[in-house]
Amino acid sequence: MRRTTKRRISRGVLYLIFIAAVVLIAISADWERLRANFLQTDIAREQLPDMITVAAKNTVLFTLIAFAGGLLLGVVLALMKLSTVLPYRWLAIGYIELFRGLPALLTIFGMAYVLPIAFNVNVPGGAVGAGLLALIMVAGAYMAEVIRAGIQGVPKGQTEAARSLGMGSGRTMFSIILPQAFRIVIPPLTNEFVLLIKDTSLLFIAGSTLATREITTFARDGVVNTANATPLLMAAMLYLLITVPLTRLVAVLERRMARSR
Amino acid sequence: MTTNGVPAIEVAELRKSFGPNEVLKGIDLTVAPGEVVCVIGPSGSGKSTLLRCVNRLEEPTSGKVLVEGIDILDPEVDVDRVRARIGMVFQQFNLFPHLTVLRNLTIAQQRVLGRSKDEAIDVARKNLERVGVGDKIDAYPAHLSGGQQQRVAIARSLSMNPDMMLFDEPTSALDPELVGDVLDVMRDLARSGMTMMVVTHEMGFAREVGDDLVFMDEGLIVESGRPREVLSNPQHKRTQAFLSKVL
Ligand SMILES: Nc1ncnc2c1ncn2[C@@H]1O[C@H](COP(=O)(O)OP(=O)(O)O)[C@@H](O)[C@H]1O
Ligand SMILES: [Mg+2]
Repeated sequence: MRRTTKRRISRGVLYLIFIAAVVLIAISADWERLRANFLQTDIAREQLPDMITVAAKNTVLFTLIAFAGGLLLGVVLALMKLSTVLPYRWLAIGYIELFRGLPALLTIFGMAYVLPIAFNVNVPGGAVGAGLLALIMVAGAYMAEVIRAGIQGVPKGQTEAARSLGMGSGRTMFSIILPQAFRIVIPPLTNEFVLLIKDTSLLFIAGSTLATREITTFARDGVVNTANATPLLMAAMLYLLITVPLTRLVAVLERRMARSR
Repeated sequence: MTTNGVPAIEVAELRKSFGPNEVLKGIDLTVAPGEVVCVIGPSGSGKSTLLRCVNRLEEPTSGKVLVEGIDILDPEVDVDRVRARIGMVFQQFNLFPHLTVLRNLTIAQQRVLGRSKDEAIDVARKNLERVGVGDKIDAYPAHLSGGQQQRVAIARSLSMNPDMMLFDEPTSALDPELVGDVLDVMRDLARSGMTMMVVTHEMGFAREVGDDLVFMDEGLIVESGRPREVLSNPQHKRTQAFLSKVL
């Protein structure tokens, strides 16, 4: 048999399996029950305004705060990890390993409950403040590695050119290396942003008030209040509405980066 | 050639190792002010390392490097200030790709020399004109040919008003038809009295422009002298072997 025919047959088999699976799900699903539980339009209509003006707004706001804070922390940690001063390097490595290794949920829990008890310190902003600080600490650990890779991706000749013009090491880093490093890491940083959007759903563990509910917490409350799962489906759609365009953007950016190489 | 008796560059007993690999094995070299010294030699002989030790991009293992009489290996010396007086031109140009040509030329003038923006732009403009790329002032490096990029790189160094310039194979990464423009700029520079140390494979340039020619092999200076004499009548076997390959 020729290779092209072989490939055509195997692809046909894959299509058949796919169609069979779709048909099987369609037959076995109880559509009436699904509609009753997830697609109540009157509940959707009632939940929608607050879900957007409160919950979606909070999700975006919390993500932006955590991203900005994480980015700042990430730059500091990346510079520490690349430092010639050994203790700085150890500190950065230890920090990054710790907060990448722990579940974010546990870190949020720790900042919200353990920190006040163990050290008698309260993070400003109450429960949400503590939760956001935890998200920043986790995001910083992840972004540090991304930024470090970006810095190391800038050709060594750039540092050499800047230094031989008499620019000091700090000035070289901030005027010449970091701007180029950020260009390299825009796609992976956008990815971090998408991950953060979803991680804001973990903030519920710190506790929340009516005004600080983000999409997931809001939807959970909605499920309890309406005794129906429609708010969950709405929450899912809302997340996808935010994340899918962003992941598409990452793909476009990555393709453009690949071409400019 | 000397104006005040102090050499522009004086290298003595210079050694440099990378781990167990000794790359420079005791180099002695003097460049007088206004002099053009060309350095030739096979790949891996330590030419770049020697050049990079002169502005301390590479830290020598032992020996002395004096720039205008100042021991640049002295820990008390502010190496950034020394470097600002030494222009360096690289094989790979190393322009800053995220900045326009103009900003490439002004950033160090402003931040290192403390020049005002207007003054820096003025100096940049003059130097771009001088190397023949005045019309590219607002372009980004990626939009220039290799020859144009290298001339911008030279203009960037010149904008710092350096006392001397180091060139590390400035034409080796260029298409053959673009080499001439860059060599013309360097020739003019030499004529204007600039002190230059040039690592090159362009024997014609070395013969015509160089005051001195240094042949290096395996971390040592094997032979040096007037370019015409070294090139046409090499004394050393290794020089003869090298020249027979490249000429
Ligand atoms: N940063 C470095 N680390 C280790 N080895 C190096 C480094 N730079 C240069 N070398 C080695 O030093 C030797 C001389 O290199 P170089 O000065 O670049 O020679 P040339 O410029 O004459 O070709 C080579 O063997 C090279 O591998
Ligand atoms: Mg070299």
